[in-house]
Amino acid sequence: MFGEDQLIPISALQHWLYCPRQCALIHVERAWAENRFTAEGRVMHARAHDGPDESRQGVRITRGLPVRSLRLGLAGECDVVEFHPGGRILPVEYKRGKPKSHRADEVQLCAQALCLEEMLSASVPGGCLYYGERRRRMEIPFDADLRDLVAAAAVAVHDCIRDGFTPPAEYETRRCGACSLLDLCQPQALRFRRGAGAWFGQRLRAVLSEET
Amino acid sequence: MKRHLNTLFVTLDGSYLRKDGAAVEIRHEGETKMRVPLHNLEGISCFGWDIGASAALMAACAEAGVSISFHTPHGKFLAATRGFTSGNILLRREQYRRADDEAASVAIAANMLAAKLANARQVLMRAARDHGGKSPERASALGQAADAIAVRIGLLGRAGTLDSLRGIEGDAASTYFSVFRHLLVNHDPLVRISGRSRRPPLDPVNALLSFLYVLLMHDCRSALESCGLDPQCGFLHRDRPGRPSLALDLMEEFRAFLADRVALTLLNRKQITFADFRTAESGAVLLKDDSRKQVLAAWQERKQDEIIHPFLDERVTLGLLPHLQARLLARHLRGDLDAYPAFLSK
Repeated sequence: MFGEDQLIPISALQHWLYCPRQCALIHVERAWAENRFTAEGRVMHARAHDGPDESRQGVRITRGLPVRSLRLGLAGECDVVEFHPGGRILPVEYKRGKPKSHRADEVQLCAQALCLEEMLSASVPGGCLYYGERRRRMEIPFDADLRDLVAAAAVAVHDCIRDGFTPPAEYETRRCGACSLLDLCQPQALRFRRGAGAWFGQRLRAVLSEET
Repeated sequence: MKRHLNTLFVTLDGSYLRKDGAAVEIRHEGETKMRVPLHNLEGISCFGWDIGASAALMAACAEAGVSISFHTPHGKFLAATRGFTSGNILLRREQYRRADDEAASVAIAANMLAAKLANARQVLMRAARDHGGKSPERASALGQAADAIAVRIGLLGRAGTLDSLRGIEGDAASTYFSVFRHLLVNHDPLVRISGRSRRPPLDPVNALLSFLYVLLMHDCRSALESCGLDPQCGFLHRDRPGRPSLALDLMEEFRAFLADRVALTLLNRKQITFADFRTAESGAVLLKDDSRKQVLAAWQERKQDEIIHPFLDERVTLGLLPHLQARLLARHLRGDLDAYPAFLSK
C-alpha cells in the first residue's frame, strides 16, 4: 500500500508506455515542452472537464472526477465518468487523435477504472475512449491482460521515479517525430553517448590544424 | 527544434509594462507605446532605473517561460523575476557534487576553455585572412598570436588543476587582447584598446565589449535556468555569493564568436564611433545612452544568423547556442554524455 504523498500521476503510465525516457524526462527531470499535439490535447481536455455535471435519461455524468488507488500508488482525474441506472460505472477518456498501435491510452483508462473500483468498492468491467479525429467512442474491456499491464507499468514508473534514473535515448523516427520533448531529449545528440569526449578532441584537433 | 525567439529590450525610462491579454503592453506617460504577444518572446530585458512591471505580467511570463530582467542603464544586472524554482533537484544536486570534485570540474572547464581559446583564435585568423593582404605586418602579428594561443590550447589538456587551467587561460587571453587592436581596421586613433580593462573600462573598445558581455551573460544565465541548472554554481569560476559563476563559465565559449565579432563589425563599419562614448572624470569610458540601442539592434541581428551546430548537426540560430550548450551540459551532468562537448566554431 502506498501513502497519499507517494502517488504518481496516472498520466505517467501513459508516458512510460509511449517511451520510458519521455516518462523520466517529465516526471524525474521535470522537463516539459508543448507542441501542437499537446496543446490541442490540453484544450480538448479542458473542454471535456469544463461542462457541468448533468443527468441524461437517468445517467449521471461527472466531469474531471479526482480518483486514486493506494494499492497501485496512482492518482489522477477522469475526463468523464457515467453512472448508469443499475450500477454500471463507465469511465470515458477523450483523446485528440486516433487509436494508436501502442496501448498507452487503454492503460490510462484502465488505471482510472482500477482507482474507481478501489474507491467505490465496485466493479468497472469496461470503459470508452473517445477519439477526436474519428468523433466516436471505442469500447475497451478491462481484461486480465490490460489490468496486469497497468500494474506492471505502475511498478516500473515507481521504480524509475524512486531511482531518479533516465533511460538512454533511442531514436525512432515516428515516435520521436511526434514527441514534444524532442529537443529536450536530444536523441540525435546522444549518438555520441560514449564518445562526446572523443568527438570534442577530434574536432579541436581539426580546428587547430588550420593554418594561420 | 526549439525556436529562438526575440528578446524585448526596454530602454525608455519611466516605462511601465503590464499584461494585456496574452501580450505585454508598454505604457509611458499614460500612453501605450507598444504591444508584443508573449508567445513571440523569450525574454524581456529592461535597462533603466525607472522601469516597472505588473505582478500579472510577471506571473504570465513565469508561466510562459519568458524571463524578465532589470538592468542599470549601462547594462549591469539588478534583478530578475521568476516563478517557483523549476527543473530537477536531482540534476542540481549532481551539479553541486561535480562542482565539489576537482577532477570532474577540470574535465568540464578544460573543454570550455579549449573552446573559448579556439574560437578566439578563429577570430584572429579570420582577420588575418581578410585584412592581412593590405598589411603584412598586421597579418604576421595576428598569426603569431594565433600560434601562441594554439600552444596554450594544447597545454589545457594536460592541466590537472583548476588553478593551472586559469593560468593558461590568463596567458592566452592577454595574448589575444594584446593584438586586438589589429582587428580594428577603422583608423580612428581615438577608438582604441590597450589590453582588457573591465572595472571600469578605460577605453572605448573595452566599454563596448563590456556592454556586449553583459548581454551575453544574460542570455547564458537564462539558458541555464531554463535547463534547470543553478547559474551560481560554476566549475571554472569559484563560488562567490551573487556571482553567476556557471553563467560566466558557459559564456566563455561564446565571447569571441558572438560578442567580440559584433563589436568588431560595429567599429569597422563605423556604426559606432568615438562620438558614441563619453569619458567620466575617473577616466572610465562609457557607451552613451542613445548609442546602446544601436548595439542592442546589432546584437539581436547577430543572434538571427544561422549555422550548422557542430555537435548536433542541425541548422540553428546563434541566439539558440547558449540554450543548446546548456542542455548539452545538463546531459553530461546526468550521465547521458561522457564529456561536455563545448561549442567550437569553424
